Amino acid sequence: MRSIITVFLKEVRENLRDRRTVMNTLLTGPLMAPLIFVLLINGIVSRELDKAEKPLPVPVIGAENAPNLIDALKQRGVIIKPAISAPEQAVREQTADLVLRIPPSYGEAWNKGEPAQVELIFDDSQRDAKSSVERLRSIIDGYAQRTSTLRLVARGISPTIARPLVIADRDQSTAQARGGMMFSMLPYFFILGAFIGGMALAIDTTAGERERQSLEPLFANPVARSKILLGKLGATAAFALTTLLLSIIAFSFAGQFMPTEKLGMTLSIGPRFALLTLLTMLPLVFLIASLQTLAAAFAKTFREAQTYLSLLMFVPAVPTMLMSIFPFKVETWMYAVPLVGQQVTITRLMRGEAVSAAEIALCFASTAIAAVVVYLITSRIYKGERLAIST
Amino acid sequence: MIELKALNKAFGTVKAVDGVSFTARNGEITGLLGPNGAGKTTTLRMLYTLMKPDSGQVLVDGIDAAVDPIAVRRRLGVLPDARGLYKRLTSRENIEYFGRLQGMDEATIAARIDGLCQALDMGEIIDRRTDGFSQGQRVKTAIARALIHDPKNCILDEPTNGLDVMATRAMRDFLRHLKAEGRCVLFSSHIMQEVGALCDRIVVIAHGHVVADASPDELREQAGTSNLEDAFVKVIGSAEGLAA
Repeated sequence: MRSIITVFLKEVRENLRDRRTVMNTLLTGPLMAPLIFVLLINGIVSRELDKAEKPLPVPVIGAENAPNLIDALKQRGVIIKPAISAPEQAVREQTADLVLRIPPSYGEAWNKGEPAQVELIFDDSQRDAKSSVERLRSIIDGYAQRTSTLRLVARGISPTIARPLVIADRDQSTAQARGGMMFSMLPYFFILGAFIGGMALAIDTTAGERERQSLEPLFANPVARSKILLGKLGATAAFALTTLLLSIIAFSFAGQFMPTEKLGMTLSIGPRFALLTLLTMLPLVFLIASLQTLAAAFAKTFREAQTYLSLLMFVPAVPTMLMSIFPFKVETWMYAVPLVGQQVTITRLMRGEAVSAAEIALCFASTAIAAVVVYLITSRIYKGERLAIST
Repeated sequence: MIELKALNKAFGTVKAVDGVSFTARNGEITGLLGPNGAGKTTTLRMLYTLMKPDSGQVLVDGIDAAVDPIAVRRRLGVLPDARGLYKRLTSRENIEYFGRLQGMDEATIAARIDGLCQALDMGEIIDRRTDGFSQGQRVKTAIARALIHDPKNCILDEPTNGLDVMATRAMRDFLRHLKAEGRCVLFSSHIMQEVGALCDRIVVIAHGHVVADASPDELREQAGTSNLEDAFVKVIGSAEGLAA
């Protein structure tokens, strides 16, 4: 045990003297991710809010064909812009979000009581324009509804006859859940923080030490290699854990500045969230440290190790991406899969949904087992003859 | 005392060490001479248990390295071919680290560092970070860290490699100093003059075999020449890979 602590303390001391490592652990790793995240969310939210309230400018071709419709649009906040010559091209080139065209036949059809047609020119692949298109469509629909009601009444028919079915929306998503959907990226940022925090040490303590030719003298000491490895892993995990802790704290602060209440969402990011997140992430930090050390042990040089570890960083992105692309229902087995378990647990905690002690225990235990397995594999690699030899 | 018995080690089809046996006694300097690539480093690596021999036995003070490698390492002071230091630590911190890994207490480490500091004349550099050290300063630190636990057996792989004339002289004096303390000193070299000047016993290795194992006088007698360097060339069969 004493030799494990000796190795641990030496690695921590040595790496604390490396300014770049300290910057990565204490600044870049923990602060970048929450900062980017908050900025991103802020941007999305304020843009959505802007669009809902702002007047909607729409170029209209043939406005003179339907003065009543134009009046109705104006009342609902649509600003009628002068006609443009090539609307299709303008939309394709994104100089206009959408264009409304009212054909000359509109008045005639309207007076005859036949369906009058207006054309909405837009590009469905433009996400940016989507909310404007939806808004204009619902305004025109509303105008059509009102007119049909008036016409039916004028003919002495009850307007209800034209509406045999009504849908009443009963949205069951809680305010927290709506927030959580936007925040499903957050666990990835925490996991990424742990990756960045441990990376420098995982490389330095294995591939770096071999490249600097200090591994062979180190192994000449009367200490089992598995103990040396444990000390090194401990130091790697300690740095990763520091990064994660700062990352969670930074997020808890930054979270206060997000305009979540404007969207009617509440996030549970109090001390309880922080503590449980830390607990779920704890075994994952050790798993990541072991994986990084394992990858670094295969590399011949510092540079090669950096390449391997950068590739390894994409692994935790996979469950996050899959989960945001494919809607899923949380099942018990998910807690038992490292990375997925953390993803699910942290997302649910943030949404303020109940995560049972058994589920957290399952997530913790299975990740811990995976960490031990990877440690044992790394330990085998460490015992290999080739590992110590630099040339 | 170090005994090697019929050591074999192959890397793929290449037999790096092929039946090497010799004994290095206490109070003597034993030199392992051979051209580059003769198998010196591999032999020493098996001795300090970094590598496992395919067959054969290593005994250090009677302890079998295959049975209790950790006890063997405790009895050895090793200066390997690779002698990298931790650049962000001072010379003293580098040495202390190895002292703690040897299981020594802090007071003993401090006292021992004082002693080594004097013997190796490294008072000026002991509290400096090792980044930017000269080759000689690096080797001094590496030797002090290898010998921090006062080992009875000292193994040095090409200890004068890369040293300038003054540092080489100091190194040779230090090896004699270790011998005078009654230790078993085993070092490898490809420099004939160095081995001739220092050793009580010379083991000559070529192509993984021991081709001679004798005192300098016996070696001259065996080869029938009064010049030791001629004797080396004669037993090896060529001067390739050796240095005068």
